[in-house]
Amino acid sequence: MTAVISPDTHHDDAHEAHDHHGPTGVLKWLTTTDHKIIGLSYTVTAVLMLVIGGFFAELIRVQLSAPYEHFLSFAQYNEVFTMHGSIMIYLFAGPMAFGALANIIVPIQIGAPDMAFPRLNALSYWLYLTGSITMLSGFFVSGGAANFGWVGYAPLSNAANSPGAGADLWIGALLLTGFSAIFTGVNICATVFYLRAPGMTLFRMPIFTWNLLVTSILILLAFPVLTAGLIMLYCDRHFGTHIFSVQGGGVPVLWQHIFWFWGHPEVYILALPFFGMVTEIIPVFSRKPVFGYKGMVFATLTIAALSLGVWAHHMFTTGVVLLPFFSIMSLLIAVPTGIKLFNWIGSMWRGQIWFSAAMLYAIGFVVTFLIGGLTGIYLASPPLDFFTHDTYFVVAHFHSVVMALVMGGIAGLYYWGPKITGYLLNETIGKIQFWFLFIGSQVFTLPLYILGLRGMPRRMAVYPNNPGWQHLNEIATIGAVLIGISTVLLVVNILVSWKKYPAGDNPWDGHTLEWFTTSPPPHHNFYRLPQIRSERPTWDYNHPEAPAIAHGTHEEK
Amino acid sequence: MEVQPSPPQGAGPQSTKHRRRWIAALIPLTALALSGCTLPSFGAYKSDTTTGQDSYRLWQWFSVGAVVIGTFTFLLIVWAVLRYRRKGDTIPKQSQYHIPLELLYTIIPVIIVGVLFWGTVVVENKVVAMPKTNVRIHVNAFKWGWGFTYPGQNAVVVGNTTQEPTMVMPVGTDVAVTITSTDVMHGFYIPQFNFSRYALPGVTNEVTFHAVKTGTFTGQCSQLCGLYHSLMYFKVKVVTVKQYTEWLHGFDTPAGKLAAQAAENALKIQMSAGLPVVSAVTAGVN
Amino acid sequence: MKIEARILLVLGLFFALMGTVYWVWSGENAGGMMIIAGGLLGFLPGSYYWWWSRRMPVRPEDRDGDVTEGAGFVGAFPGTSIFPFTLGVGAFFAVLSLVFGFWLMVPGLGLIVWAAIGGVAESRRGGTQ
Repeated sequence: MTAVISPDTHHDDAHEAHDHHGPTGVLKWLTTTDHKIIGLSYTVTAVLMLVIGGFFAELIRVQLSAPYEHFLSFAQYNEVFTMHGSIMIYLFAGPMAFGALANIIVPIQIGAPDMAFPRLNALSYWLYLTGSITMLSGFFVSGGAANFGWVGYAPLSNAANSPGAGADLWIGALLLTGFSAIFTGVNICATVFYLRAPGMTLFRMPIFTWNLLVTSILILLAFPVLTAGLIMLYCDRHFGTHIFSVQGGGVPVLWQHIFWFWGHPEVYILALPFFGMVTEIIPVFSRKPVFGYKGMVFATLTIAALSLGVWAHHMFTTGVVLLPFFSIMSLLIAVPTGIKLFNWIGSMWRGQIWFSAAMLYAIGFVVTFLIGGLTGIYLASPPLDFFTHDTYFVVAHFHSVVMALVMGGIAGLYYWGPKITGYLLNETIGKIQFWFLFIGSQVFTLPLYILGLRGMPRRMAVYPNNPGWQHLNEIATIGAVLIGISTVLLVVNILVSWKKYPAGDNPWDGHTLEWFTTSPPPHHNFYRLPQIRSERPTWDYNHPEAPAIAHGTHEEK
Repeated sequence: MEVQPSPPQGAGPQSTKHRRRWIAALIPLTALALSGCTLPSFGAYKSDTTTGQDSYRLWQWFSVGAVVIGTFTFLLIVWAVLRYRRKGDTIPKQSQYHIPLELLYTIIPVIIVGVLFWGTVVVENKVVAMPKTNVRIHVNAFKWGWGFTYPGQNAVVVGNTTQEPTMVMPVGTDVAVTITSTDVMHGFYIPQFNFSRYALPGVTNEVTFHAVKTGTFTGQCSQLCGLYHSLMYFKVKVVTVKQYTEWLHGFDTPAGKLAAQAAENALKIQMSAGLPVVSAVTAGVN
Repeated sequence: MKIEARILLVLGLFFALMGTVYWVWSGENAGGMMIIAGGLLGFLPGSYYWWWSRRMPVRPEDRDGDVTEGAGFVGAFPGTSIFPFTLGVGAFFAVLSLVFGFWLMVPGLGLIVWAAIGGVAESRRGGTQ
C-alpha cells in the first residue's frame, strides 16, 4: 500500500489554492460555501434546537407529574407539546441527521473536495435557520404557537378550529425546512454519485455515506409530498378550498395519507444517518471491519424500499385503510432492521473493544434501539395497534427509538467532533453524561409503556379520573430530569474541553478517509489521498498487514 | 386454522406421514396458544369482550416472541461487551463475512414475521367482523363530549366535559356500534375492551362488541381534538339484557321522553355548531 | 455508474410493483398515486444513469482507479458567496408574507430576484468573490 499524491492532484481547483483567503468573522459565516463550516453551523443550530425542545419536554413532564397539575394551562400545554414534537422532529432530528454531521463527513469520506453544489448547500442551511426562526416565532404572535400536535391533523388544523398566525407560521416553517431538506438530498445524491475519489466504488463507500445516500433518496421521495400537503392545507385555511373539509366535499383523512406518506419515510430519514454513525463507530472501536458490509447495504436499501409502503400503520384505527397490506409491510421492516442489529453485534464479536465515550454511546444506542424496535413490532399488528394507538405505549415506543438516535448522534459528536474542531472532548465527562442519558432514557420510557397499556392517551394535559397513573408519571419525570442533566453535561463538556485536548489526525485508529486528512481538514479537505481498495482505505494504509478477510477464505491462525 | 405447507412436487406417502406427525405436534401447541391463560399478561388488559380477548391472546404471543428475541439479543450484546474488552494492542482477526450466519439471521426473522402476520390476520378478521345484530348504538363525537343514540329507540344520552355520558349496552349480545364525528377527529377508546377507533367527520365507522360480563368501564377520547381533549371522558355500562330493555323503556315514559328530547336538542345544537354528518363513506377503502 | 443506475431502477421497479398491488387491492387513489409517482422518481434518474453508463468509459471511481487519475480540474467551487444567504432571506420574507400580509412579498421577491441574477453572474465569472 502506498500513499500517492502530491498536494495538487485530486482537489485541484481552478480558482483557489489551499491557502484560502476570504472574509473573516460574521461575513465569513454568512458567505461561506465550505461544507465543513455549513455543517458546523447546522450542528450548533441543531443542538440549540435540542436544548429548546428538551426544555419543552421538561415542561410537559412537570405538568404530568400530578393528575391535575396547574403548572400549564390547557392551551399552553397544547402549544408546548406541539412545539416539542415539531422542534424535535423538524428542527433537531432531521437537520442533525442529514444536515449536520452528514454535511461535514460525507464529502470527506468519499474523498471529495466539497459538496457537489456548495452554494445550494449554503442555501439549505439558511432555509433551515429561517425556518427554525419562523416556527419559534409562533410563541410571540397573538393566539400563540401552533397547538394541533406535530402531525397537524386536518379538521383540527383548519381555519375554523385553529385560527391565528401560529398555525400559519408552523406551515411556513415546514415549507422552508422542507425545501432545505430537499436541497440537501439533491446535494448528497449528486456528491455521492459524481464526486467520489478514484477507486472509491459504491461498494467501497463507508456505511455512513451509504446510509446518507439512501436517506437522500428517501428525502427526494417523501418531502415533496409534505410540501404539497402543506400548500393544500394553507389553501384550505386561507383561499377557501375544501380539500380536507367535509362541507365542501373534501376528505379529512387525505391529510393523514399525505402526511404519513412523508411521515413514515421521514422516520427512516431520521434513523438511517444515526444507524450509519453507529456503524462507523462500533467497528473502529472494536478494531474490526463492519461485519456483513454488503448485508448492511442491502438492509438499508430494503428499508428504503419498504418505507414507501408502510405509512398507513399510523392510520390503522381510522377504519378506512387496507389493514393486511400495511401490516405485512410494516412487519417486514423488522427483518432488515434485525440484520443491522446482528451486524452490529457481529462487528463487536471477537473484537478488541475500547470503551471510549463514543463507543459507550454506540452500545447504548444498540440496547435502547433494541427496546424501541421490539415494541414497534406490536404496532405493526392492527389488532394490537387498536388498543395501543394514540396511547403512551406509542409515545414510549418512539421515544425509545429517538432516545437511541440521540445517543447515536452524541456518539457521532464525540467521534467526529475532534476531526471537525481539532480537539477532543473530555472523556470522563462524556462517560458520566452517557450514564445519565442511558439510565434516564430507560427510566423515562419504561413507565410510559405501562401507562399506555393501562389506557393513558397521548396529549393529555390532565388525568383527573385516573390518579393511579401518578406514580408511573413521576418516575418518567425523574427520567426526563436525568436526560436534562445529561444535556447540560454535554454543553458543560464542550465548554470545559474548549481547545484543550489536541486530537491529532487519527485519534481513534479510524478506518475511513476522514481520518487520513488533518484535523480540522484543509479548505478542500485533502492534501493527499491513500490508494482506495476497500471500504477502509485509512486502515489499509496504517495496517497493511491486517486486511479484512471473508469467512472461509483464510486459514485459521 | 393451521397453515399447512403445500406438498412438494411428487410428494410421496412418506412426506404425508411426516406432515401428519408435524400436525400432531402442533395440536397441543395450538391448544396452549388458544388457552393463553398460563402466560403472563405482559401488562395488557384481559378484556371483557370476545374480540378484546382475542387481541389479548395475540398480545401475549407477540410478547413471548419479543421477550425471547429481546433477551437473546441483549445477552449477545452483554456477552460481546464483557468478553471482548480491549486487553492489549493486538489486532483481532479481521473477519468480515459469514454468509451462512447472515442468511440464518435473515431467514429466521422472515419466518417469525410470517407467523406473526398469520396470527395478526386471524385475530384482525375477528375484530373487524360485523355479524348481523339488532342491537345498534350510534356514537357521535363532538368538541368535547359524546352523544349516544339508539336507532329505532327513544333513548338518547349526551354528555360533555362536565358530565360524562354513559353508553349502556347489553351483555352476551353482539352490539353494533357506529361511530362518527361532527367536527374534528376524535378517538373512541375503551381501554378494557382493547379497542379504539377514530370518530371521523364525514365517515361512519362500525365495530361490533360482544361483552362477556357486566360492569362499568371508562372510555375517553384518544385523538387530540383541541383544548379540552383531556377531559373528554365517557362510561360504558354493560348490563344484562333484561336491564338493558328496561333502561330503553325508561325513555318511553313521558318523563323519559322529556329527558331524551332535551338530550337530543343538546346534541342537535352541538351538531349544528359542527358539521353535517354525511353517512356515506367518502374516504379510502370501502 | 451502472450500479447507481441499477439501484434506482430496482427501487423504481419495486415501487411500481408495490404501488400496483396496493392500488388494485385497496382502491385508494391518493396512496396508489403516490407510490407510483415514487416509482417514476426512481425510473427518471435511473434510466438517465443507465443511458449514460452505456455511452461512457468506466469512470475511475467505478473501478480500481488510481488516486492520481482524479487530478486535474474537478469543478469550480465558489469559495464564498453571499447569494445563498440573500436567497434564503428572500424565501424567509416570502413565507412570512403568507402569514403577516402580502406586502412582505415585495422585499422577499426583490431579494430572490437579486440573488438569482447575482448567483448566475457569479457562476459565469467562475464562482469566486
